[in-house]
Amino acid sequence: MRLRSAIHLGSAALALALLAFAAPAVIAADTVDPVADAKAFKKFFTDKFPKVKLEDFVNGPYSMNEDLHKQWEEKEQFPPYEFSLEMGKEMFSKPFKNGKSFEDCFPNKGIGIRQNYPYFDEKEGKVITLELALNRCREANDEPPFSYVRDDMAALTAYMAFTSRGKPFDIKIPNDPRALEAYQKGKEYFYTRRGQLNFSCATCHVQSPGERVRAEVLAPALGILNAMPIYRSEWSGMGTTSRRFTTCNSQIRGVPLTPQDDEYRNVEYYLSYVSNGLPISGPGARP
Amino acid sequence: MASTIRVRATASGETTEVQALIQHPMDSGFVKDAKGEIIPPHFIQQLTFEYDGKPVFMADWGGGVSKDPYVKFAFKGGKKGDDLKVSWVDNKGATDTNTAKIQ
Amino acid sequence: MRNAMLKSALPLVLLIAGASSALAEGSEADFKAAYAAAEAANKEAGSLRNQWTTTAATLAAAKKAADAGEFDKAMASAKEAEALAKASIFQATSEKERWKDMEIR
Repeated sequence: MRLRSAIHLGSAALALALLAFAAPAVIAADTVDPVADAKAFKKFFTDKFPKVKLEDFVNGPYSMNEDLHKQWEEKEQFPPYEFSLEMGKEMFSKPFKNGKSFEDCFPNKGIGIRQNYPYFDEKEGKVITLELALNRCREANDEPPFSYVRDDMAALTAYMAFTSRGKPFDIKIPNDPRALEAYQKGKEYFYTRRGQLNFSCATCHVQSPGERVRAEVLAPALGILNAMPIYRSEWSGMGTTSRRFTTCNSQIRGVPLTPQDDEYRNVEYYLSYVSNGLPISGPGARP
Repeated sequence: MASTIRVRATASGETTEVQALIQHPMDSGFVKDAKGEIIPPHFIQQLTFEYDGKPVFMADWGGGVSKDPYVKFAFKGGKKGDDLKVSWVDNKGATDTNTAKIQ
Repeated sequence: MRNAMLKSALPLVLLIAGASSALAEGSEADFKAAYAAAEAANKEAGSLRNQWTTTAATLAAAKKAADAGEFDKAMASAKEAEALAKASIFQATSEKERWKDMEIR
């Protein structure tokens, strides 16, 4: 074990030294700089796909494949998520047993605010996602929480996303070391390989966007949460961000964590932040 | 109660293009639920689009068609302002129908 | 002749029976130790938030075989589960640094 940690220390020191020589503009490898990260993130994808307009990245696989794009455009004329969207709208204003509704828990009655989530709650010291906020609203009004991976939560977030369509992602990282830490942990989660297949989120969505994994065309990581929640033909229904995170984990043979665990909240924070400026396109339709 | 059928028909020259989205579980009868019990078959068996009293599109469906099916087709004829009637019958004998004006 | 054989066969049979049940108990004890080791490793992977689905499946297969008395099979599965769990620990530990290799800069 000592030898291994010595090797790790040695390689880390070497990596640090290399970084110092290779990128003199970097202050230190340990400084968290979300602004620089977001800039580099966007540059990576726009360089890789020069023909794709920045705002088109939110369309995932459709931005990567012309034929799929055409089929999707046609389908958007009569989108499969209409039923879920209607259900979400109804649910949002339907009163709880105590007479209040979701409208009372959110600014502007929940209309046009989706692009502000997730946010860092400085009182609690944690990231709050939209799904989490919805369930907290229920619990605050003596209602049982919804499952994070089923239709009810999906319909609610579909409605909220729809009211924000076109608005650019506006995720804030307050000047609080805990917020920076959450952001950094989210970034770390995104790039960490896991599961028996040894994939990280980046393996598919940074290294291989536009390419196929089995029959599916992979979406780029830039803008990947802008279309959430998504109606997937594969699911024959609307699915939440939590559902997507947990199923991605199990698909690479990693045991999924519990929805809305810190790791998931943090990675949602990171991915949303680096896509700041790109428009909300949810709810999305996907294969 | 709102119809399960949403339909949009557009006349263009000699043809009318029709799109429809139908809300239906389309359970094949082969899928098991979380408890391991078969979800009984529940799917649309017949779908008919009628124009001017005559069928312009008919489908005999089975459990192989997915949930909330989407249909798109075109037929010769059809004038703007005329009615297009859609109706379905499922294996439980339930039906629904809806009419849209051709745009 | 037969009587003589039977008389001498009985203690032999008893001996064999005793020996094979001792063997069976031995492999059950071995299995239990191997299974416990695999479970412990998987638990550690859990604390690192990196368990593999195949580890859980292999542990389940080991238990199923053991319940059916197939201790050789159960042993093999338990050993495999331990190897999988240990690999998942190694992955989680090494990725603590290696994740930076994939980072967009």
